[in-house]
Amino acid sequence: MQLDEFFVTGEPLIYAGMVSIALVSAAILFILTYFKKWGWLWREWLTTVDHKKIGVMYILSALAMLFRGGADALMMRTQLAFPNMNFLNAQHYDEIFTTHGTVMIIFMAMPFLIGLMNVVVPLQIGARDVAFPYLNALSFWSFLFGAMLFNISFVIGGSPDAGWTSYTPLAGAAMSPGPGQNFYLMGLQLSGIGTLATGINFMVTILKMRAPGMKMFQMPIFTWSTLITSFIIVFAFPILTVALALMTLDRVFGAQFFTLTGEGMPMMWANLFWMWGHPEVYIVILPAFGIFSEVIATFARKQLFGYKAMVWAIILIAGLSFLVWVHHFFTMGAGAFVNSVFSISTMLIAVPTGVKIFNWLGTLYKSRINNTVAMMWSLAFIPSFVIGGVTGVMLGMASADYQFHNSYFLVAHFHYVLIAGTVFACFSGLVFWYPKMFGHKLNERLGKWSFWFFVIGFHVCFFPQYFAGLDGMPRRVFTIIPEWMPLNIISSVGAFGMGIGFAIFVFTVVYSYRYSEREKTGDSWDDGRTLEWATPTPVPFYNFATVPHINSMDAYVKLKEEGKTTFDEDKLEPIHMPSNTGQPFIMMAFLFVASFGVVFEWMWMAIAGLIAGVVMMVIRSFDYDEGFHVEIDEIKRTERSTRGL
Amino acid sequence: MSSHELKTGPLEYRTQEGQMTIMGFWIFLAAEIVLFSTLFATYAVLFGRTADSTPPGELFEPGIVLIMTFLLLTSSFTCGLAIHEMRRGSVKGLLIWMMITLLLGLGFLGFEIYEFIHYTHEGATMQSSAFWSAFFTLAGTHGLHVTLGIGWAILLLIQVAKRGLTPRTSRKFFVIGLYWHFLDVVWIFIFTSVYLIGMVV
Ligand code: HEM
Ligand SMILES: [Cu+2]
Repeated sequence: MQLDEFFVTGEPLIYAGMVSIALVSAAILFILTYFKKWGWLWREWLTTVDHKKIGVMYILSALAMLFRGGADALMMRTQLAFPNMNFLNAQHYDEIFTTHGTVMIIFMAMPFLIGLMNVVVPLQIGARDVAFPYLNALSFWSFLFGAMLFNISFVIGGSPDAGWTSYTPLAGAAMSPGPGQNFYLMGLQLSGIGTLATGINFMVTILKMRAPGMKMFQMPIFTWSTLITSFIIVFAFPILTVALALMTLDRVFGAQFFTLTGEGMPMMWANLFWMWGHPEVYIVILPAFGIFSEVIATFARKQLFGYKAMVWAIILIAGLSFLVWVHHFFTMGAGAFVNSVFSISTMLIAVPTGVKIFNWLGTLYKSRINNTVAMMWSLAFIPSFVIGGVTGVMLGMASADYQFHNSYFLVAHFHYVLIAGTVFACFSGLVFWYPKMFGHKLNERLGKWSFWFFVIGFHVCFFPQYFAGLDGMPRRVFTIIPEWMPLNIISSVGAFGMGIGFAIFVFTVVYSYRYSEREKTGDSWDDGRTLEWATPTPVPFYNFATVPHINSMDAYVKLKEEGKTTFDEDKLEPIHMPSNTGQPFIMMAFLFVASFGVVFEWMWMAIAGLIAGVVMMVIRSFDYDEGFHVEIDEIKRTERSTRGL
Repeated sequence: MSSHELKTGPLEYRTQEGQMTIMGFWIFLAAEIVLFSTLFATYAVLFGRTADSTPPGELFEPGIVLIMTFLLLTSSFTCGLAIHEMRRGSVKGLLIWMMITLLLGLGFLGFEIYEFIHYTHEGATMQSSAFWSAFFTLAGTHGLHVTLGIGWAILLLIQVAKRGLTPRTSRKFFVIGLYWHFLDVVWIFIFTSVYLIGMVV
């Protein structure tokens, strides 16, 4: 392969991308070297197994991915604002909508939520880490290397261009030759390992490591949603693993699963993809529901209304999420009976979802609302998400879907659920738990600016798209006709409004880092209800000096009433903690090399990387590290200084 | 992270770490069930789609598959014996039965490789049709699991020879025991729904 085939050439935008990547990398290398931070980076971050730090790394990476996906989005909205725009050509446009969708769902939404789970869930249940801290680090690095692999595609080898759904035969070797589609397959495969491991990890953590006395139905609701999400991950991700592997076999080894030759079945891809894909959209919405529940209860200063109904609704939604996948291709013509069955199961999902909406409203009813930025994101979610849900039910009517399918109506629907649901939750949760992670709050005044820009921008951007869709504008077109222009201009203006909102958000982070007051207590919002607020801020690496006995919901409210803390000097015992290790990072770096080899079909490289990865696993098997103990004196010193005693 | 250790009960369950690992592994096996179910479903959907390659009925031979089944089922039994010896506290018993298990596993693999090569010579390959892609992927994934299991077990044999039976080494063996039985169960499904059905249809 020639060098000019290896690098993508001929596109000014991509040259600009290359230059900025080179500059940013050079700047990072320079800063790390100049300030002698390499050792710090390795000791504190790359080798850490601390769930809080891993969570922070997840969130930072997800924000970077939100930026990347957002840049893609703005380019698309620029191209679509006017008819006959020449900003992006058809090929480039295809690549951008593909990477936008994939990055946003796989490398932004999921990692963001997993990051929040990492930071919060062990704290909420009174645990000192997750069940398998080593595996947790492995999950993170698998995600990050998978994301990197996918992201370099636009400068090396060329991006995939068959959509985030990658339907065959279009995505097959015959119609999409070259490395592009392989980046999709291997990037997702690599990060999928980590996601599955996260699912197992959190399931065991929540089932086995709760504070003494905490019953299942006393767990905070975010922990509940994490548990159920983990179930969905465990049962859905292996399907994706198989689907990706089969397509890889097709493309790289000439198998005939989804081909038009050899009696392959292209439609089987759509089935496998959505058997994972629909549960996947619930993987990114259930934790979001959990976050909204926590935030709303805290700032409405009331116990969550209908806690048990909430839990059962989550469980029901999770179960139903496996039974509706055909609604993504009603128009493939499975027949009236099959379509009716899936139509009904789809609409059924709206029932438990509605239950949850009423419970949030019930929590707000007659409460004294503390209107913080975190709360505003949650309040904005309720009506916006209802619009997304109701249009979802419209799409769920199979016969009507023949009209809506693959139009901008659909695009508007899933952005209303994914942005007003998942993205609002990410902002809400980040602002809410920010003081726990970083020791200071985000500036509220700037936060409101960013909130209003983003939320208004969101509605301006996506509401018109429902009508563009009804006017017949199809999805995934790179240019528009004059009739659709007014709606599209409005939409593009809204998109840039969201961009400004995001920029203000980033500014808020920097501003608050410099100017926000440092937290003095652990209970940042004064109204904390669950155990994470019982820890001092900054949270000691072992989380809890002593774990209190829990016998009610909203454990921290009870502790506050009883005047108890998580530092009971009489009950201190040495705490056992796991040691840091660089193995997960190195192992995943090797698997990254192996995956890169598969992408370019350089088998020597794939095999070498795989062998090196296996050697790392062998090393792990012989590793009998027992961790270490934190002595009582050290615990006392830490707690006294963080609690200001 | 509690480091308290129980004084009674099977070694592998005495620490909280041990209990959690075993539970985590059960969940992992659940994920593996989904993985194999997907492969079985794929196989079922693509069944009969041989295009112009040889249909399975002409290639599948009862003899060799029966021998493979016999080897793997026996290995599951000897693996059970190995864990039984472990519970009795006998390192020697554990090592011996585990090595027999691995030899049986290797025998199984040998026959499977022979079988695959044979089919390839008859013109049935991963590339020849959708049906054969599905067949090789399903049986091959199982074979790959067996291979990994053998490699993994060898590492554990070295560890237990060096360290004796501790909560950690016993936990590792207990877990690989679960894995090995699981592969056996998967094979029973492959034997019935792939080979038996493939021979009669
Ligand atoms: C009341 C609940 C919901 C219903 C009834 C529903 C229904 C549907 C239907 C029928 C489609 C397919 C339409 C078509 O392709 O013509 C669809 C697409 C989609 N939905 Fe939903 N949905 C609901 C909630 C959600 C949620 C909560 C999310 C994610 C957070 C979501 C994300 C998506 C995505 C990403 C697509 C488009 C996938 C693609 O083709 O690329 N939906 N929805
Ligand atoms: Cu769906």
